[in-house]
Amino acid sequence: MNLDSLLPNLGEWLRGTGPESDAVVSTRIRLARNLADYPFTGRGSNAQKAETVARAKEAVAKADLPYRLDYHDVPGLPALDRQFLVERQLISRELAAVVEGPRGVAFDAQESVSVMVNEEDHLRLQVLRSGFALEEAWADIDRLDDALEARLPYAFHPQFGYLTACPTNVGTGLRASVMLHLPALGLTKQIDKVFRALQKINLAVRGLHGEGSRAFGDLYQISNQVTLGKSEAKILGEIREVILTILQYERQARTVLLKERRQAEQDRVARALGTLGSATMITAEETMELLSVVRLGIHLRLIDDVPATAVNQLFIQTQAAHLQKLVGHPLDGEERNAARAKYLKTRLRELGSSRQ
Amino acid sequence: MKCQRCPKQATLHITEVLPEERFEEVHLCEDCAKKYLYEPQQKKHGKLAAADEDAPAGARCPACGITFLEFRNHGRFGCPHDYDAFRADLLPLLEGVHGETRHAGKAPRRGPRAKPAQSELTHLRQQLHTLVTEEKYEEAARVRDRIRQLEEG
Repeated sequence: MNLDSLLPNLGEWLRGTGPESDAVVSTRIRLARNLADYPFTGRGSNAQKAETVARAKEAVAKADLPYRLDYHDVPGLPALDRQFLVERQLISRELAAVVEGPRGVAFDAQESVSVMVNEEDHLRLQVLRSGFALEEAWADIDRLDDALEARLPYAFHPQFGYLTACPTNVGTGLRASVMLHLPALGLTKQIDKVFRALQKINLAVRGLHGEGSRAFGDLYQISNQVTLGKSEAKILGEIREVILTILQYERQARTVLLKERRQAEQDRVARALGTLGSATMITAEETMELLSVVRLGIHLRLIDDVPATAVNQLFIQTQAAHLQKLVGHPLDGEERNAARAKYLKTRLRELGSSRQ
Repeated sequence: MKCQRCPKQATLHITEVLPEERFEEVHLCEDCAKKYLYEPQQKKHGKLAAADEDAPAGARCPACGITFLEFRNHGRFGCPHDYDAFRADLLPLLEGVHGETRHAGKAPRRGPRAKPAQSELTHLRQQLHTLVTEEKYEEAARVRDRIRQLEEG
């Protein structure tokens, strides 16, 4: 499959639908799994890594699943394609550029299910869902895990559970991350308070691209830290409770915004759209910040002529690798900022003329 | 219960899986358990009476060769066997990270029959590695044959 065929699609995580999608962008669950008879990836020779790739590929190809997973060899992909997959949340930055040797990723046409091979662990299973969908994502990944386990001997320990390269993942190997859009908590400066409370109960807060990444555009990933000693259902139940509480705070803050400064918010949204539609140079960060304002405007019903999916489309297509694929050739930083501004101007004009 | 090697209280209760589905229970205090786990595989079987005084300071996992120090420096284990090889040092670490040391969740759904074979395989592979490094090739060949038999069965 040519990766360029994915370009016009939004991918599962930006579909913009699903429960609570006014504030929950997407739900992601990953499971870390390793094969019993090999050293972990970090200590494996290239020959051993090639073997784990071969075994994983075979298991993925023959797995009894209602969808097909296509495998892509990562070392054979140009840097731009790897970055493209990172932006679509199908692989990690580590798999793209940090770990070495034979490795790859298999994913389905909907871009909802992916299996990374030879990242930190031999297998990193992932399921992405739009909106707040922990139960559905768990059902999907549990089935994927069973299908692979039927063909691969996992490293499992009676006391410690699923064994992982890093003991912070041992046990269930499960990390659930919910991507939230929390602009009103940001505006009313309550966000730090919320996050301090989260850290006390062992939940992590990260930016868009996971560990160590900055939070742009009021997007935050909330995920569990503890993987050992709690069942999957308990981990998911705890994170679910916390997310529901945060959503309540965010909605309260939105209501207060509307009540106390509706005019000012309306102005902010109009200016954000104005800048996006008229700039001639714009960075990815500024684009994300402005799109965040527009997204809030849509959900507060301050504007009704820009669909939420259009914001998601602009969001993904203006990221560096997507932009270069759209243009069809590599661009340096300055060129990217110009191309991004041009793309935004064109797309917003199209949206504008279609609503007349 | 007293430690089997010194007068202290036994805090770790280890079940050794021996070939032919035999088991051996070992009860040790934390210090003796650390030493015990670093000992080469053969010494464990049978005579537990005398503690090995000159256990190497930088003990290694018999399967992948990583030391606990290397693990501490990189934060990543070398292979699944490290969880047993460094068990004594690992337990307080897991307690700190997760507040728990015992898995409570999903387990592979393969039939229970597969499990003893799997743990025996793990054990035999460790043994094979040790025998080869000690140049006991005749015994090593026997272990290797048993591994093949299990893998095919």
